[in-house]
Amino acid sequence: MEPILKVDNINVYYGSIHAIKGVSFEVNQGEIVTLIGANGAGKSTTLNTVAGLLHSKTGSITFLGENLGHLPCHKTVSKGLALVPEGRRVFLQMSVQENLEMGAYTKPGSGVAADLEHVYELFPRLKERMRQTAGTLSGGEQQMLAMGRALMSHPKLLMLDEPSMGLAPILVEQIFDIIRSLHKAGTTILLVEQNAQAALSVADRGYVLETGKVVTTGTGAELLASPIIKKAYLGG
Amino acid sequence: MEFLSYLISGISLGSVYAIIALGYTMVYGIAKMLNFAHGDIIMVGGYISFCAMNYLGLPSIVGIILAMLVCTVLGVVIEGLAYKPLRAAPSLAVLITAIGVSYFLQNAALLVWSAAPKVYTPIISGSLSLFGGALKIPYVSILTVVVCLVIMVALTAFTNMSKMGKAMRACSEDKGAAQLMGINVNATISMTFAIGSALAAIAGVLLCSSYPTLMPTTGSMPGIKAFTAAVFGGIGSIPGAFLGGLLLGIIEAMAKAYISTNLANSIVFAVLIVVLLVKPAGLLGRYVPEKV
Repeated sequence: MEPILKVDNINVYYGSIHAIKGVSFEVNQGEIVTLIGANGAGKSTTLNTVAGLLHSKTGSITFLGENLGHLPCHKTVSKGLALVPEGRRVFLQMSVQENLEMGAYTKPGSGVAADLEHVYELFPRLKERMRQTAGTLSGGEQQMLAMGRALMSHPKLLMLDEPSMGLAPILVEQIFDIIRSLHKAGTTILLVEQNAQAALSVADRGYVLETGKVVTTGTGAELLASPIIKKAYLGG
Repeated sequence: MEFLSYLISGISLGSVYAIIALGYTMVYGIAKMLNFAHGDIIMVGGYISFCAMNYLGLPSIVGIILAMLVCTVLGVVIEGLAYKPLRAAPSLAVLITAIGVSYFLQNAALLVWSAAPKVYTPIISGSLSLFGGALKIPYVSILTVVVCLVIMVALTAFTNMSKMGKAMRACSEDKGAAQLMGINVNATISMTFAIGSALAAIAGVLLCSSYPTLMPTTGSMPGIKAFTAAVFGGIGSIPGAFLGGLLLGIIEAMAKAYISTNLANSIVFAVLIVVLLVKPAGLLGRYVPEKV
């Protein structure tokens, strides 16, 4: 079967800094794939490139059989891509409900009410706080809101950038439980994490990035057992 | 009675400032830039409506609509040609460009309409007599206040209730995240300029109806004052622009009446300085610390 997302030899630059050096990977329907690596390895840059916030100078990004090319970010959403960005970036001055409505920006208004209901079922905490501004939520709640907001667009591929960042261990566990349940419900997920342990334990497959290159790949279990992972985290 | 009449003229002037300030504040909120050419759009709106009514003999309502159309197009074109290429440039470059656009518009007007002042025909004349003629309120003052209130309510409803308005607020908070929602940020910024410029055209017509001398520099002082009003009320805030504009108009009218006509402008700006010393974000503005 064709992979849902195929990233082939992308090279991304920030001015003269070569951040991503020929990265290739694939995500199949229904999988959780994780990109792990140390700070500055290029994980977020890769996600931002897939989402269209950044563009590659070479290679191609094929999503559902279509080359995304230099499609601007705001058009990739209606293709079925959704990115929950690093640091959550919810709209702090807007209410919880308005944040979720923004997530459905590309959708016709008729289905929004049902989708809101669905997200509130998934995250009951958000329902309790639907009228509050997002700025008054705790970090964990903001992460839930960011994920709920992304789900409002019915993504065919959900990309999560460091969903556990800055959260207490108990909340990290909650977030990963949610990722597991989304996976069970059939959502395809591309997950970027520094918390390799947690990420690999939920992932079907993983890619290890180091200074802009894929250095190794394998199933979640294989990578968990591999000494290379430790090496990557020691900056090897 | 005298006091009341000064107060009313202040509220009317303040309403014009408020309408202009709304344009400043919306553009600042979304594009994070000070569009110093905004005042000159007012002047263009004044001239277009003047030409439509005096040269083409069109009814004033048609003149106003024509002025709004021309200014909307002008605003969007200016944004597309002058500001959009500078989206990633430092804010100082954008600021200088805006000042350049301002001078460009003034000089273009000088070429087209010459430096000689035109006498604007108010869109409505006459006044309402109260207390047996002791208090006269010009109809144009009443119209100005009503139009300002309508615009204020409509804009608030638009930004809080409509999908496009919410997208504008999302863009003003975080353009990157807004793009991730599928919002076209460039189109949203153009839309903001369009709304701001249409409002400037209305302000131009109302301003010239109250102060009927039209020159290429007509827009610059009210533009600066409205910018002051926007900062005074808290730039980026729609109710702030309204409150700031109104207060500024009243202070100016009172200063002119009871202190000195010559010192009125100085007093207005002195009040701004004092307010900013006490409340750096303006009356209704939020102080947002830069996150590291």
